[in-house]
Amino acid sequence: MTDNNAAPKGRIMVVGGGISGLTTALEAAEAGYEVTIVEKLPSLGGRVAQLKQYFPKLCPPTCGLEINYRRIKDNPRIQVLTMAKVNKVDGGPGAYDVEITVSPRYVNEKCTCCGDCTKAVTTEIENSYNFGMNKAKAAYLPHEMAFPQRFVISPKIIGTEDANRAKDACKYGAVDLAMQPQKVNLPVGAIVWATGWEPYDARRIDNLGFGQYDNIITNMMMERMAAKNGPTEGKIVKPSNGQAPKSVAFVQCAGSRDQNHLPYCSYICCMASLKQSTYIREQYPDAKIYIFYIDLRAPGNRYEKFYKKIKEDPNTFFIKGKVAEVSETPSGEITVVAENAVTGEKIRQDVDLVVLATGMQPSASIERLPADLVFTEEGFIVNDYAKGGMFAAGCAAKPADVVSSNQNATGMALKAIQTLVKS
Amino acid sequence: MSKKYGFYICSGCGIGEALDVKKLAEDILEEEGHGNIKFHNAFCSPEGVALIQKDVADGVNAVCVAACSRRVLTDVFNFPGAQVDRVNLREQVVWSHPKAEEGAEINPLQLMAQDYLRMSMVKLEKIKVPEPFKLEILSRKILVIGGGVTGMTAALDAADTGYEVTIVEKADKLGGWAASVRKQLPLVYPYRETVSPIVDDKIRQVRSHPKITVKTGTMVARIAGQPGEFTVTLKKPGDKIEFDVPYPLPPEMKVDENGKELDNDGLAVKYKEYNEGRADILTLDPAGEMFGAVILAAGWRPYQPAEGEFKHLGLGESPDVVTNAEFEKMAAAGPVIRPSDGKPAKRVVFVQSPGAGDDSDFPYASSVTSLVALKQAKYVREDYGDGKAYIIYQHMRTPGLTENFYEAVQQDPGIFLTKGDVAAVKKEGDSLLVEADNTLLGAAVKIKADLVVLAMGMVPVTQDDPVVNLAYRQGPGFRDIGLFDNYVDSNFICFPYETQRTGVYAAGAIRRSMTMEESMEDATGAALKAIQCLESVNRGVAVHPRSGDMTFPDFFFQRCTQCKRCTEECPFGALDDDAKGTPKPNPTRCRRCGTCMGACPERIINFADYSVDSVGSMVKSIGVPTEDDYDDPPLRILVLVCENDAYPAIDMAGLNRLQYSADVRFVPVRCLGSVNVIWIKDALSIGIDGAMLLGCKHGDDYQCHFVKGSELASVRMQKIGEALSSLALEPERVTQQEIAIDEYWKLPTVINEFVEMVEALGPNPFKGF
Repeated sequence: MTDNNAAPKGRIMVVGGGISGLTTALEAAEAGYEVTIVEKLPSLGGRVAQLKQYFPKLCPPTCGLEINYRRIKDNPRIQVLTMAKVNKVDGGPGAYDVEITVSPRYVNEKCTCCGDCTKAVTTEIENSYNFGMNKAKAAYLPHEMAFPQRFVISPKIIGTEDANRAKDACKYGAVDLAMQPQKVNLPVGAIVWATGWEPYDARRIDNLGFGQYDNIITNMMMERMAAKNGPTEGKIVKPSNGQAPKSVAFVQCAGSRDQNHLPYCSYICCMASLKQSTYIREQYPDAKIYIFYIDLRAPGNRYEKFYKKIKEDPNTFFIKGKVAEVSETPSGEITVVAENAVTGEKIRQDVDLVVLATGMQPSASIERLPADLVFTEEGFIVNDYAKGGMFAAGCAAKPADVVSSNQNATGMALKAIQTLVKS
Repeated sequence: MSKKYGFYICSGCGIGEALDVKKLAEDILEEEGHGNIKFHNAFCSPEGVALIQKDVADGVNAVCVAACSRRVLTDVFNFPGAQVDRVNLREQVVWSHPKAEEGAEINPLQLMAQDYLRMSMVKLEKIKVPEPFKLEILSRKILVIGGGVTGMTAALDAADTGYEVTIVEKADKLGGWAASVRKQLPLVYPYRETVSPIVDDKIRQVRSHPKITVKTGTMVARIAGQPGEFTVTLKKPGDKIEFDVPYPLPPEMKVDENGKELDNDGLAVKYKEYNEGRADILTLDPAGEMFGAVILAAGWRPYQPAEGEFKHLGLGESPDVVTNAEFEKMAAAGPVIRPSDGKPAKRVVFVQSPGAGDDSDFPYASSVTSLVALKQAKYVREDYGDGKAYIIYQHMRTPGLTENFYEAVQQDPGIFLTKGDVAAVKKEGDSLLVEADNTLLGAAVKIKADLVVLAMGMVPVTQDDPVVNLAYRQGPGFRDIGLFDNYVDSNFICFPYETQRTGVYAAGAIRRSMTMEESMEDATGAALKAIQCLESVNRGVAVHPRSGDMTFPDFFFQRCTQCKRCTEECPFGALDDDAKGTPKPNPTRCRRCGTCMGACPERIINFADYSVDSVGSMVKSIGVPTEDDYDDPPLRILVLVCENDAYPAIDMAGLNRLQYSADVRFVPVRCLGSVNVIWIKDALSIGIDGAMLLGCKHGDDYQCHFVKGSELASVRMQKIGEALSSLALEPERVTQQEIAIDEYWKLPTVINEFVEMVEALGPNPFKGF
């Protein structure tokens, strides 16, 4: 029997407050360690907060987020910094010096979330939570499940009359337009990078027509569209005219498994499209659904069962073939052209709506992290366990589904703890 | 400790405009003799908080903040030394209901606020300050079951963090499956090359680690007790010993010859007979070893085809049709040869799917079976310069970065990969002929082969045996793993390590088909969970999902009638009853959901801050207007709300200013499983017109954080329906509705439809009695 009741030394910094970062932070904190979460957006939750449901259970991600947020509220060992970015990491395993910049939210801790500032402002900004499919007021709560539940004022209106209107509307003195960026210096013993992923920019896939035709959307846009708190209040419609689609095509491997774009498989897109076919079916019992794929990657009993269930739908068609091009018919339909890999015949399918199953690009490949890390050619972080000190968790390390990301993130909490114990 | 109360009624966020807060205090609090009542237009402001802090410093230890939801500003309204209750006047009252008309006879909002304030008042009166449960002696040692790469990795990770670990391995040496392979799948970026087995290196590390004890040729006979103090009996495989785990009686043995249920004494006799020679679970092995937590890494075995299964593929017909596991053994022994005549196997066909028109893979297959075929195809090429390997698949499943390996294998001109539907494998001369349809090579192809390899899946060993052998009254294994094809998996996507057995964490292929790389990663996570459980037990707090909760169920045994419901219904098997049927609590197995509290007909199970009495008193404090009060008294509907999903949904409805009937009164509960039917009976007996349970989805894809809560509640509600009929009350007055956290938009419909339905039934005839 060992008696190691001594207070653990050192702090763990977790960069990224998505599902992986939350998991690492909470699992470490509940083992007794001090943790700081550094999140760049105004709310925690990350990518999963934008999803309507998880596969294969078709359950809402907010359910798990709620429990995680409650765990944070109940745990004094966790510090949360939002709108925060790591500028610099000096030092080595056991003793890092981190410099963080916290951007001004222009709303302080006096915010009660009453919503009066939103009512007062008139400027509208692009709503990035909904991938720009609608606008949001320039004083806003990122979404209902935002954590911390606190409003934000867009820097776009700072210095305008609108900002003053927000300030005047607030009865609680919570709007602070003079707020400045703040530098925070944090000594930590270990760092877990849970910086996650960005949807691959579909505009770069020239042959798939995104940005060219209104009725071609990405899978992440579909998540927002199908969600009740999304831009269409959950209604899946053709963006061109707001009407119901009678047919939908899913284009798998849009950018993934492609040497010109992302050479790897993005892991989740097959299951995501199968899941999204249930969103469509729920709203449109007769809509035709076409899934164009190279391989249907639904591995393991749990996923295979889900795939089997979808296959039972008589109006869902699976076509083994990579989509080569898309075009628009005079009547506004989208023609999807693919070569059937088995028969070799060219398939042309006209549909009302096309969903591009775009993949994951590691966030670290878009903006390099200011730390001494090793990256793959595509920008994933390569873990160096022998060196220790810094680790990547979840999709910062490799494309993965939520379950695997959480397993991985739990393990990385222990790797970080080991660094503290050893140093 | 006597209670000193402080009530803090906020008028911010629209509360003051919609409610008369001063009158609220007069009507409810002052009426009850409470004097310490303060008002502020924003109690969350520094000035507001300071008011409360000053009172707490002056001795106030029961704080009621009547303002916003308890889900928000929790850090602000946190006053160490005081118990805090939050009255949700904002989201549940003023944000979800229109302001009452001036001069109207009834002000529904004011009545609602009165009720919520009254509830808080009685709640604060009834609840006690929790004191954590601490074990007298805590063992921090971790037991790892299984000495394969998963178990060894878990052991090394726990040991490297400073914990003592014992690995038990059934076989006479460490290594498991990993010790029998020729090559492993790639482990590191760029994931293009197979690697030599790393298992010997792992074994060396384990053997030389001062904190790891290895016991080979050993298995678990039983694990008794609870996290922090498991008493473990180990034995040699095959031995029959007194401390082999006993099994619960199968249902058919729980009745007498006439089919009548046996009483507890009769059951005890039968149980003894059934487990002849095995000590009862409550008898602790005096020679047992103490452990604090367990990691289950017992792994998998290859799928065993039944006699005649896959006959169309020649399995059992020709010795040259083998499974992938058999092929691996052959390849590990030397160049691959044909079992039939020992000649080199230079043309090998790997069949990934049984075909015949279905694109499903073999049972228990996964991405691992795809990757293994790629690896094994390379063996053929390594062994013979002129060797050829064919992989016929329906879907090449190489997700994520494992695609790199697939891509690398595709570069080999001697490996042919095609989608295809394998129709038959036939003998032709001394070799085999594989017939496949719909391939990328043509509509119907025939491939001559020396050897055919079928991609059988990985079956978790828990398919055959519980392995953990828990000396728990509910049985030795994990419950409900049938839902997961006998994998010891979690149903939770967000919480992959949470199972129904606290302190026992599964890792590796026992819970999902995984590669060695994935298994090792998983092992590290399981090691963290084991450590976290120990440290939580040490602090006397619960683990997930009520992490940090210091309460635990307290039993008033004098009134126990040995009905066994609590023992049987606990989702986590936390209770073990004795021969008489009296439950023995194991607080560190408990997850604090309160299912036992809901189950107990005698109402003798309670938590310090959550009890049958505290919630019951809240229910009974709801004001029920009668015809003496108003000509047309409004209905009153009790809604018992799951705090995990339904309560946040109500908050979000408020945030979106959705409106619903003001006749409802919400009472949060830890889980619908904790709902004791007495609360419903109490409600109906004071004239409340209807009662609703609002919670999460149950069934195969359950969302209940306590696994069984909402399901058990629905069973209990069916029974209460029968009881209501006997009281001449319509059973429709009680309902259970599912609402997921993101379905807040459904809330008005769910509530209003029920209210309208009750309205149609008419008022509760017990009103006014």
